[in-house]
Amino acid sequence: MSDLIFQWLRIAAPYLCAAAGGVLSERAGVIALTLEGYLLAGAFGAAMGALATGAPWLGVAAGVGAAMAVAALHATATLRFRADQVVTAVALNLLVDGGSTFLLRRAYDSSANSPRVEGFGSGGWLGSPVGYVALLMLPLVWWLLSRTAFGLRVRAVGEKPEAATASGISVARVRWLAVLGSGALAGLGGAYLALDQHKFSAGMTAGRGFIALAAVIFGRWDPLRTAGACLLFAAAETLQIRLQGTAALPSQFTEMIPYVLTIVALATLAGRAAAPAALGRNTP
Amino acid sequence: MSTALVSRRAQWADALLPPLVALGVALVVGDVLMLSFGQSPRVVWGVLLEGTWGNAYGAGQVLYKATTLTCTGLAVAVALRAGLFNIAAESQLAAGGFGAAMAGLLLPSGVPALLAVPFCIGAAMTAGAAVGAVPGVLKARTGANEVIVTICLNFVVLALLNWAVAEYLHVPDSLHTAPINAGRVARFADVNPAFRGSAANLSVGVALLAIGATWFGLFRTTGGYAMRAVGLSPSAAEYGGISLGGTWTRAMIWSGALAGLGGVNYVLGYKYYYEEGFGFGAGFLGIAVALVGRNHPVGVGIAALLFATLSQGGLAVNALVPKQMMDVLQAVVILAVVASVPEVRRIVAAAVPRAKGDG
Repeated sequence: MSDLIFQWLRIAAPYLCAAAGGVLSERAGVIALTLEGYLLAGAFGAAMGALATGAPWLGVAAGVGAAMAVAALHATATLRFRADQVVTAVALNLLVDGGSTFLLRRAYDSSANSPRVEGFGSGGWLGSPVGYVALLMLPLVWWLLSRTAFGLRVRAVGEKPEAATASGISVARVRWLAVLGSGALAGLGGAYLALDQHKFSAGMTAGRGFIALAAVIFGRWDPLRTAGACLLFAAAETLQIRLQGTAALPSQFTEMIPYVLTIVALATLAGRAAAPAALGRNTP
Repeated sequence: MSTALVSRRAQWADALLPPLVALGVALVVGDVLMLSFGQSPRVVWGVLLEGTWGNAYGAGQVLYKATTLTCTGLAVAVALRAGLFNIAAESQLAAGGFGAAMAGLLLPSGVPALLAVPFCIGAAMTAGAAVGAVPGVLKARTGANEVIVTICLNFVVLALLNWAVAEYLHVPDSLHTAPINAGRVARFADVNPAFRGSAANLSVGVALLAIGATWFGLFRTTGGYAMRAVGLSPSAAEYGGISLGGTWTRAMIWSGALAGLGGVNYVLGYKYYYEEGFGFGAGFLGIAVALVGRNHPVGVGIAALLFATLSQGGLAVNALVPKQMMDVLQAVVILAVVASVPEVRRIVAAAVPRAKGDG
């Protein structure tokens, strides 16, 4: 039983980190389609950092840094050059996917896998200490958004950027910080993934960033509901792994669950009304 | 989209400057990446050109890839003209290929191509359109954001197709269906042996027809006008008597049908069966093609050739530099275009009042 719970939390950890980043970015009005790229950059940075230094925590730092660098590109394109957020995200996801494989081949002459990453060894119940940190990220974002002055600014910028500007808040600066924070949080999730699997492999995030984004929407942009959605999606995945072979339901159908739920949530009134009003809109 | 550009010259500058800037940036970034691998850029670019346009096989491969990209690029462009993002071109392309294969399996062998090919093409477009209808109808009826719906839809549709093939339709020990009985399209190699081994086939003509039809539909029909009006300003279009919901739905159905058409290239022209993951990435690349082609059907055709050259060129230079370099360059092109569009527009708009006198 406790085995099952730890497996469930280990599957949930990257979702919880990435979704925490997603909530932060989207509540500031910036679409978090880049979560997939942040996760992959985090995983790549963590594996490379841990291999280069032999110190797992330095690997985590490198992963977070790599994802923040991608986030900085996103912020530069959309906030400085007012590029379309969706197109920028699609391009950055492609850039990280191609770039990580390119660098992998440059460093280790393989376009599929890095050498084994020792990381935190067996790492205890959650695979690594990062797992425990991961569980705290959505509560942290909840606290940040609802209990701090910065959080109030983030929400103002995501709902009514014009009003925020009028009250003396720099929309660009708040969004910059939110996007960088989003990259850091999702990068942590990617680092967890690479250290838990003890390697980096090309495209290893396999759509987890999109599932995390689905969780943000299914959780109606509320950090705690989003945590619930992450745990729900992870539970479905855990059951699917456990029931493999014996399942009455083909695996393709369990894979669909997060996406079907998200479409249904969006199509019902509740899902729509909750979206930050200025989501996706670049301000002049 | 917000600033209307009056003079002809300003429109041209607005359309052409961003892709040209992007190409320049991509050349520089490409040089740096090649140098980082200790290769001479001159040599690598030379090998790239030689491996794509330097011989019939390479050119055939580029044309083959450009055919699929033209269809997905047109799909994204049509939706964008109506102000909608269609990120589901990936799954619409797969659905189109699936539809074409099902139609070709349904027909008895010996049906003349004149009947079988249009039937299969129709099935491909219908399947793509069905996937496109979902985000269109949801947006019209409930206001559900089409970006998120189409992203989610990709996973749902691909999983459904994978399940259907894995459970019922596959040839043992493979991920593909049985070959179609009728509806095959001739390859270039059947006409000219120089193209031997290349996948290029007469579907290229289908893509060219799609460019023409899309141009006509967008710029010479009432429906196309309604779509462009909604894309430029939904509230003004609605005030002018255009139904937003109906236009969104029609645009997404049209868009899905075009992406589905891309499946014809692989199924009817190349492998003659549907295979899991056959179009991998071509749908997402369609977003880049539409963007670089500035949402104009002719521009989409040119951009499709450019991206197909990069993609095939990556294979040609893979011995010198990793082919993933081309993914990086494609991403750089997209970023440079999308980042320079508002900048160019601002500069052009600022220059317009001065140019008015001699315009």
